[in-house]
Amino acid sequence: MTMNMQSAKEQSKQFQSRDFGFWLYLMTDAILFSLLFATYVVMSRNVATGPPGHEIFDLTHTFGETLLLLFSSLTFGFATLSLAAGRMTMVIGWLALTILLGLGFVAMEITEFQGMIAIDAGPDKSGFLSAFFALVGTHGLHVSLGMVGILVIIGQLLVKGPTDAVRSRFFRLGLFWHFLDIVWIGIFSVVYLPAVL
Amino acid sequence: MLGRLTVDALPLYSWVAMGGAAVTILGGVAVFLLVTWLGKWRYLWTEWLTSVDHKRIGLMYIILAVVMLLRGFVDALMIRAQQAFAVNNEGYLPADHFDQIFSSHGTIMIFFVAMPFLAGLMNVIVPQQIGARDVAFPFLNSLSFWLTTSGAGLVLISLVIGKFSTAGWTGYPPYSGIEYNPGVGVDYWIWALLISGVGSTLTGINFIVTILKNRAPGMKLMRMPLFTWTSLCSSILIAATFPALTVAVGLLSLDRIFGMHFFTNGDGGNMMNFANLIWIWGHPEVYILVLPAFGIFSEVVATFSRKALFGYKSLVYATACIAILSATVWLHHFFTMGSSANVNAFFGMATMIIAIPTGVKIFDWLFTMYGGKIRFHTSMMFTVGFLISFAIGGMTGVLLALPPADYLMHNSSFLVAHFHNVIIPGVLFGYFAGVQYWFPKVFGFTLDEKWGARAFWLWLIGFWIAFMPLYALGFLGMTRRMEHYDNPEWQPYLIVAALGAVIILGGVFCNLMQLVVSFRNRKETEDVTGDPWDGRTLEWATSSPPAPYNFAVIPEVKGLDAFYIMKEEGAAYTLPDHFEDIEMPNNTSFGVIIGGLSFVIGFAMIWYIWWLAISAFIGVLCCVIIRSSMDDTDHIIPAADVEKLERARLATLSQSISGKG
Amino acid sequence: MNAENSHSLKTYLIGFGLAVALTVIPFGLVWSGTLPSMTTLVIIIVAALAQVLVHLYFFLHLNFRSTPNENLLALAFATILIMIMVGGSIWIMFDLHHRMM
Repeated sequence: MTMNMQSAKEQSKQFQSRDFGFWLYLMTDAILFSLLFATYVVMSRNVATGPPGHEIFDLTHTFGETLLLLFSSLTFGFATLSLAAGRMTMVIGWLALTILLGLGFVAMEITEFQGMIAIDAGPDKSGFLSAFFALVGTHGLHVSLGMVGILVIIGQLLVKGPTDAVRSRFFRLGLFWHFLDIVWIGIFSVVYLPAVL
Repeated sequence: MLGRLTVDALPLYSWVAMGGAAVTILGGVAVFLLVTWLGKWRYLWTEWLTSVDHKRIGLMYIILAVVMLLRGFVDALMIRAQQAFAVNNEGYLPADHFDQIFSSHGTIMIFFVAMPFLAGLMNVIVPQQIGARDVAFPFLNSLSFWLTTSGAGLVLISLVIGKFSTAGWTGYPPYSGIEYNPGVGVDYWIWALLISGVGSTLTGINFIVTILKNRAPGMKLMRMPLFTWTSLCSSILIAATFPALTVAVGLLSLDRIFGMHFFTNGDGGNMMNFANLIWIWGHPEVYILVLPAFGIFSEVVATFSRKALFGYKSLVYATACIAILSATVWLHHFFTMGSSANVNAFFGMATMIIAIPTGVKIFDWLFTMYGGKIRFHTSMMFTVGFLISFAIGGMTGVLLALPPADYLMHNSSFLVAHFHNVIIPGVLFGYFAGVQYWFPKVFGFTLDEKWGARAFWLWLIGFWIAFMPLYALGFLGMTRRMEHYDNPEWQPYLIVAALGAVIILGGVFCNLMQLVVSFRNRKETEDVTGDPWDGRTLEWATSSPPAPYNFAVIPEVKGLDAFYIMKEEGAAYTLPDHFEDIEMPNNTSFGVIIGGLSFVIGFAMIWYIWWLAISAFIGVLCCVIIRSSMDDTDHIIPAADVEKLERARLATLSQSISGKG
Repeated sequence: MNAENSHSLKTYLIGFGLAVALTVIPFGLVWSGTLPSMTTLVIIIVAALAQVLVHLYFFLHLNFRSTPNENLLALAFATILIMIMVGGSIWIMFDLHHRMM
């Protein structure tokens, strides 16, 4: 399978377009999250017969989740460096670690949600809680899909090797993963910390 | 097993409902039988349904839009008929049914006529106007089309299984919440919007990247045709604002399925936030629709005045201003919801300001015509009809922008008249003009102008007769969406309005006759040049219909009105001295499959068939993963084949010229 | 290659360190309650915005040299729109809230 020069240049242009297109998708996702944030802020006092935030949020728990996600951003960064250096085992290793940290994050979040539901503070209890579950839950769903993406990339690296196409996808996955950490900064700054203040 | 789906879902409760279901089913069966009788299933699948060619996808979008236009127009006729007769009596439509009809009318016209029509025109023309071979993401293009079709399918099937929403095309809670509307109607509306909304967002992203990254060398931004500029601004608005629709409708869905309290009456719900969220999308949406129509008018007015567009730069800046301002005015849709004077005043002023760049455009078009050699091609007629009618509609908009005036007119017939007065002459005439203008590019023969003129006049006169009475009715105190009323003073106006709708029906008939007659006469009206109107922009440089790759050699753009320059310099219609292999994307069935699975997801979520929804979702995920892992998705058109096609085209061209000489 | 690598490794580690600091400070202030609520809230917001910039620069490698212009423009445009939509929504909804009391 020979690749002539024209095709290589066009392929590089194609990857650039995909990167830009994916960046645009992230911008639309940012706008989507921002509206969930706005809804949360508007409804943050609408506790009706349910509990307010400071009764149900646990800052230690949130801090733990924050560190897990932050470390996972670091490990993805290490995976990126290893890929540039061509050290495939390290790449897979760091990616696997990223998934583990992500799983830890999602597990902690599910525990938190389950705990809240158990004390009659579920998403159907009040407007405030609906907004909380929607915002934090949407972020958690994104993280879960991101982990599926990391699995897929690991699979592609193992089967196809570090081809240009796979590297290109890896780069976009990294954009996605770091973007989710940025959204989480918003979540602990707007949801958890002010509620307990 | 089947959630809440039972045999009660069939529309056996009313003759009108059964009629609607029958027409839908018969329509589907008729298409199925026709394709089978012609033996074209394989052809349809391999050449069209799985195509990633922007020209084919564009045409399919437009066909979808036209089919849904007919359906939405039937809704309109039924509304007009009901309101013409229902003074102090129930009319022929029970209230619940009438409510479904106005809800589906609006939903269909905005989401399944205007949006696909827009996507279709952008698809067919923009890559050719910028000298490109395809859009940036051909597969996503196909996927977008199928997601839109999936949404349309949900609306159509609501006539057969279940009911449609009675909450209007904007579905305000708490009425649209689970407490007051536990049935499937609102859910049909929600899922049709959520699924087609993903398709639209992807289209927006696709065209932003295409226009910014795929332009031919030398085509700087300020050398792009106006239709491309307006498509770019519209695509940016699509990408930026459809998330708001997703949030609004998605949160409503969470309320309905999981009993959450975003918009409920009690338990901390805030239903006013729904109006806020949906209009953050809803106002930019109408500019998404009208800006490309403005772009079409710009192209048509320049071509048929045989003059360069007047004030190109001001048109570009005006477009950008309109796009940005459109994101700052959304509260004018709910002035009466109770905001304080400062809030209402801010948004009222912002709304009035938008009229200024729009006015600049109108003057630019008029100055383009002034001193030009005008030819009243059908598309030019639609343009002049637009200029006069839209100005009035815009002015009533400025009137409504005053909060104290709006307090009297909000949700009256005056409002209905206003938005139809801007959408029909603005958006619809624009897209019609686009079809009349670009039809020969797609099919290789021109549309019959006699029938085109008849269609235009009937549409114009019909529109005026149908909607001017509604302005008067608004002043007389009539509210929108009235199933019956007790004020006999209103009836004469409503009878006139119904007459207008029938005249428009005549116009629709002429549209269809135009297609039939033009197809019959296609040998006589064949265009071999690719440039039947002596156009100025690059799409006229390709053959009609274009080759799959559009341009054998990507053109070198020398300035604004690139094709006009090429013709002046004698560079048009020359055989390139050197051909290269051309890489084009393969067709793929993933778009159809994911679209089909999305339809299943929507249907399953509506009827609470959870196992089916989850399975279909997993199916979509698998398709996405498989497709994203595919690397070898292109094929090569050998240089020799390209050369053969180009030589054949020029041979036909010179033959026809020498034949005439 | 090695120099570039360690430069990049440094980038990630510095970014990580800054991010941790910008996380610990607001968490610590809220947990200990040493400063008045309003001041703490302001610090939370400032730290959050700063950390977002840290992530953009150190992890996403966004900068004015190598990042394509259209990406920066898209980010700026999205930011402006977010401010309009979120700011507008909060203004509108809180104004309505006051009028309903």
